[in-house]
Amino acid sequence: MTDSKYFTTTKKGEIFELKAELNSDKKEKKKEAVKKVIASMTVGKDVSALFPDVVNCMQTDNLELKKLVYLYLMNYAKSQPDMAIMAVNTFVKDCEDPNPLIRALAVRTMGCIRVDKITEYLCEPLRKCLKDEDPYVRKTAAVCVAKLHDINAQLVEDQGFLDTLKDLISDSNPMVVANAVAALSEIAESHPSSNLLDLNPQSINKLLTALNECTEWGQIFILDCLANYTPKDDREAQSICERVTPRLSHANSAVVLSAVKVLMKFMEMLSKDLDYYGTLLKKLAPPLVTLLSAEPELQYVALRNINLIVQKRPEILKHEMKVFFVKYNDPIYVKLEKLDIMIRLASQANIAQVLAELKEYATEVDVDFVRKAVRAIGRCAIKVEQSAERCVSTLLDLIQTKVNYVVQEAIVVIKDIFRKYPNKYESVIATLCENLDSLDEPEARAAMIWIVGEYAERIDNADELLESFLEGFHDESTQVQLQLLTAIVKLFLKKPTETQELVQQVLSLATQDSDNPDLRDRGYIYWRLLSTDPVAAKEVVLAEKPLISEETDLIEPTLLDELICYIGTLASVYHKPPSAFVEGGRGVVHKSLPPRTASNESTESPETAPAGAPSGEQPDVIPTQGDLLGDLLNLDLGPPVSGPPLATSSVQMGAVDLLGGGLDSLMGDEPEGIGGPNFVAPPAAAVPANLGATMGSGLSDLFDLTSGVGTLSGSYVAPKAVWLPAMKAKGLEISGTFTRQVGSISMDLQLTNKALQVMTDFAIQFNRNSFGLAPAAPLQVHAPLSPNQTVEISLPLNTVGSVMKMEPLNNLQVAVKNNIDVFYFSTLYPLHILFVEDGKMDRQMFLATWKDIPNENEAQFQIRDCPLNAEAGRPGGNKNAGSTGEWAHKALFILFAPR
Amino acid sequence: MIHSLFLINSSGDIFLEKHWKSVVSRSVCDYFFEAQERATEAENVPPVIPTPHHYLLSVYRHKIFFVAVIQTEVPPLFVIEFLHRVVDTFQDYFGVCSEPVIKDNVVVVYEVLEEMLDNGFPLATESNILKELIKPPTILRTVVNTITGSTNVGDQLPTGQLSVVPWRRTGVKYTNNEAYFDVIEEIDAIIDKSGSTITAEIQGVIDACVKLTGMPDLTLSFMNPRLLDDVSFHPCVRFKRWESERILSFIPPDGNFRLLSYHVSAQNLVAIPVYVKHNISFRDSSSLGRFEITVGPKQTMGKTIEGVIVTSQMPKGVLNMSLTPSQGTHTFDPVTKMLSWDVGKINPQKLPSLKGTMSLQAGASKPDENPTINLHFKIQQLAISGVPRSLHSKTF
Repeated sequence: MTDSKYFTTTKKGEIFELKAELNSDKKEKKKEAVKKVIASMTVGKDVSALFPDVVNCMQTDNLELKKLVYLYLMNYAKSQPDMAIMAVNTFVKDCEDPNPLIRALAVRTMGCIRVDKITEYLCEPLRKCLKDEDPYVRKTAAVCVAKLHDINAQLVEDQGFLDTLKDLISDSNPMVVANAVAALSEIAESHPSSNLLDLNPQSINKLLTALNECTEWGQIFILDCLANYTPKDDREAQSICERVTPRLSHANSAVVLSAVKVLMKFMEMLSKDLDYYGTLLKKLAPPLVTLLSAEPELQYVALRNINLIVQKRPEILKHEMKVFFVKYNDPIYVKLEKLDIMIRLASQANIAQVLAELKEYATEVDVDFVRKAVRAIGRCAIKVEQSAERCVSTLLDLIQTKVNYVVQEAIVVIKDIFRKYPNKYESVIATLCENLDSLDEPEARAAMIWIVGEYAERIDNADELLESFLEGFHDESTQVQLQLLTAIVKLFLKKPTETQELVQQVLSLATQDSDNPDLRDRGYIYWRLLSTDPVAAKEVVLAEKPLISEETDLIEPTLLDELICYIGTLASVYHKPPSAFVEGGRGVVHKSLPPRTASNESTESPETAPAGAPSGEQPDVIPTQGDLLGDLLNLDLGPPVSGPPLATSSVQMGAVDLLGGGLDSLMGDEPEGIGGPNFVAPPAAAVPANLGATMGSGLSDLFDLTSGVGTLSGSYVAPKAVWLPAMKAKGLEISGTFTRQVGSISMDLQLTNKALQVMTDFAIQFNRNSFGLAPAAPLQVHAPLSPNQTVEISLPLNTVGSVMKMEPLNNLQVAVKNNIDVFYFSTLYPLHILFVEDGKMDRQMFLATWKDIPNENEAQFQIRDCPLNAEAGRPGGNKNAGSTGEWAHKALFILFAPR
Repeated sequence: MIHSLFLINSSGDIFLEKHWKSVVSRSVCDYFFEAQERATEAENVPPVIPTPHHYLLSVYRHKIFFVAVIQTEVPPLFVIEFLHRVVDTFQDYFGVCSEPVIKDNVVVVYEVLEEMLDNGFPLATESNILKELIKPPTILRTVVNTITGSTNVGDQLPTGQLSVVPWRRTGVKYTNNEAYFDVIEEIDAIIDKSGSTITAEIQGVIDACVKLTGMPDLTLSFMNPRLLDDVSFHPCVRFKRWESERILSFIPPDGNFRLLSYHVSAQNLVAIPVYVKHNISFRDSSSLGRFEITVGPKQTMGKTIEGVIVTSQMPKGVLNMSLTPSQGTHTFDPVTKMLSWDVGKINPQKLPSLKGTMSLQAGASKPDENPTINLHFKIQQLAISGVPRSLHSKTF
């Protein structure tokens, strides 16, 4: 007597038979029939034809039958909307039932029926149920609001359900609170702008109280909601942390991880000297370790998150290396993750252990895992300098195993080790050369060729080795071809006498017989270099290479900070911000870690302190290369340089030159007629103000304003504002302001490198703008900008660039380039920087000029409520104010120009 | 939130689907099948699979894939935890969780799933409450139902659901009041060839079966509570009291539940109760190697060691082995090179041993890796970490 009997009848008249049974008088038979229908439904059979008959069974006292019918309705109502109306009456009646279970069931089911006509009828019962005396009904109704919102968002807003839902956050029953929070969070996800979850200290307190009493799932919702709150100072952060820490001992791993998220986020606000900070760090480690003894799927998600945590705060898990050792029966996806974390935790203290472990892994069966293990050894060598020697010897041991893929992988990582520690481990080259023939993967071949080329002077038969590769030149992949070309040129420069023939051969192969433009270009460049100036060629090709560092595989700090806010979510599993993969680009709110704020500071500026980023001052970054910018970038700004190590130097030089030339030419070519200089009026004779004292007294005031002001010192300088946040520019943060000093305009820039890599090759360009502002000199950043370094630069500007009216008038679009990419932003410059100091004219001239302005250009309006701040209101605060006439001219021109 | 659930058997058939929101076509599982094909073994299917419009999160238990479909950003752990809870609930309801059993009880399964999740939000996942809402099928009840026409579905609101102790129903009555606690500890240890421990960790759980009348409030204290630095509790345990006094105080759920699980790391470890003596040698020139292992007890406090199974992955060069065990049975699979020896109990007077020769590939050089030996064993009534409870008092 099991349910499987319901599957058995598959005869032709099945539907007909069921129909008869459904209309039977016997209750028992009816129920059996409905069960059969449900069973067919679960395996995907279409039983929608029975709709009216099943709905007829709805009027019953038998709860099981009722539930079964409801299950059926949820599945099929959509396909039979007209008939589904038949069920509405029963629903409405059930919502009045004395039994709370039935009330809840009715409202729950009604929400699941995605038919517009039914949802109209749902509103009244739902409103009642949201205020029901039984918490079970209330909590079900809370979820129902989310359902309804999914079907018809407008209806929910019009009916005011959102407010009722917000009220439920203060409900006396923790389960209701949890469900209300869950429903609000879901609704808020589709409405990122609406401030649905209005969190304030009072509501936070309520949530924290509910947290202790609701179910594990409710705790997850509440914790995720708490994570979005920004405490107003460190004391509040600490008190929230204190109340969240007990959740770390919960049996449900999702609760644990959500709690970790809250703690990681709020910890940011705590001062590191605090005792509590240390305690918290200690408390975080054990639960993370415990997550690793759960089911493999949970482990995987946990490990992805631990990877982030370890990068952000390595101190938490630094003593727990052993738990990340791979177990033989771990699924492969867990193994690979553990390996990654092991490398991140590797330090001088535990490197011996780690290496022994990694060596063991390198003899495993799974090829992918072995490769990654070998690669990990290389990364250890680069990360922990003291261990390099041991790593190299381990790698040599592995090469001795002669297992093909191990050898190839080892050679690839040894190349990196050579890059990091040049001239240290050359003794191993002989061993590597022995394995030359077994290499069949392009990456390994390229690595080997690089090693031979780099150390050609120490390998006696380097020419023979490279020649052997050259035989099959055309069959090699591009990577190997490029590397071979470079290696042979290196060899030639080191041993010119013996290898002339070889270099001729490779150059002709690369330039004449190859279809690959990269290869051809490189070939030609070498050829020309070698033929014109061998000394320069030597300097270029054998230039010193920048060292590689261990941080190359770390996540960018700005991204990391954002991801920390997403611990426990899909974003943390993919290590990408949600905006990168969330469906349909639904407005995603960027989260950022709260800034560290001490309580005493916050009393002074309570509003601004909690906000992660100052939204008002943020300049708009031009998102794409729009049409406006088309002409800005008609020169090649040089691609991000990431070629093989040898070529970098030459390519970089090229880029700089190109750019310099391009900038110059762009500045030189000014359209005739509307060029800037024509409109910088010839200096008017500086007439002392008192000469014209006979003129109207009103005017004299105007002139007196400037009379006492010397033109020697600079003008008012606005404080620096962030123009380009690091998040939008791959780690480059630019802030700046405009100044005017003694007749020259300059842009004071502050460049901060918040990325992990060194930035070089800075250049700047302006788009055409209203006043023809253009850089008067290239952007001079003398030394490369290393991570976390800041430089201040003053860029002189002139107004000789080409003119185009911008909206608003003082809008300036700027492109900044470095070795990583080109970034665009726009900013507004204060108009006073354009005023010339010598714009003083005598009264007659002023009046004459004034009259010259046609009357239709005059507009009069009163300035009301204009709060003048001290700076601007003080006479002489704006020292360039004398040149109003001058400016008026310019404005006139701008306004007339388009006609 | 959780959108849909698909149950897929190991041959790749979807045998059950359940949707909590709009219906998601089962073709979404094609992405899962793709991933399944790529993974060599069922265990290696990645738990999170992105598809253009959905995310598939899966767990693999009892040879069934439980695949949840989600559409928005949902904590993956939440989904995976929930899926495990579904499996546990099925097991609780039907004894085993397998494809035929789920098919046999499809209506109950469907009703249970409907109770567990509403619109993707967990509704009731405590087995106590679920069982009150939908009674598990038993032969007796089926018979009674057919005669009286009553149903498996409870028509009253479960009493515990909204109280402060949602895990316990009210009005529990037993004639014999009893409570059992099982302390189960697993050691994972790696020991090098000279016998010293490289790593060892203990993973312990305390499972309880409490059958007590009314609303009992229990306290449980431990002999050595400071060992338990890393614990996770059933929600019934009062955390404050544990923090301050290191005493477990709780109102237990009715029936079986896991009270706590803990982790004891290597620093606090006592000796491993078993040792292995080994003598495995390959010679360079000969095609024969010698193999001998002996297993013996060490500090077991007089308890017997049972269920001993020794497995070892032999090097690739080993063609075959001819061995004689002093007790138990052994097998060697020449394809996977896996030696397995089911020893059974260890008699301290006569230690079990396995002796013999290995035949190696002729001409090949001596294998350079040493075979690892995996040893599984069980000891009844011995908690290796020394944490078992010492006192157990009840108050009503």
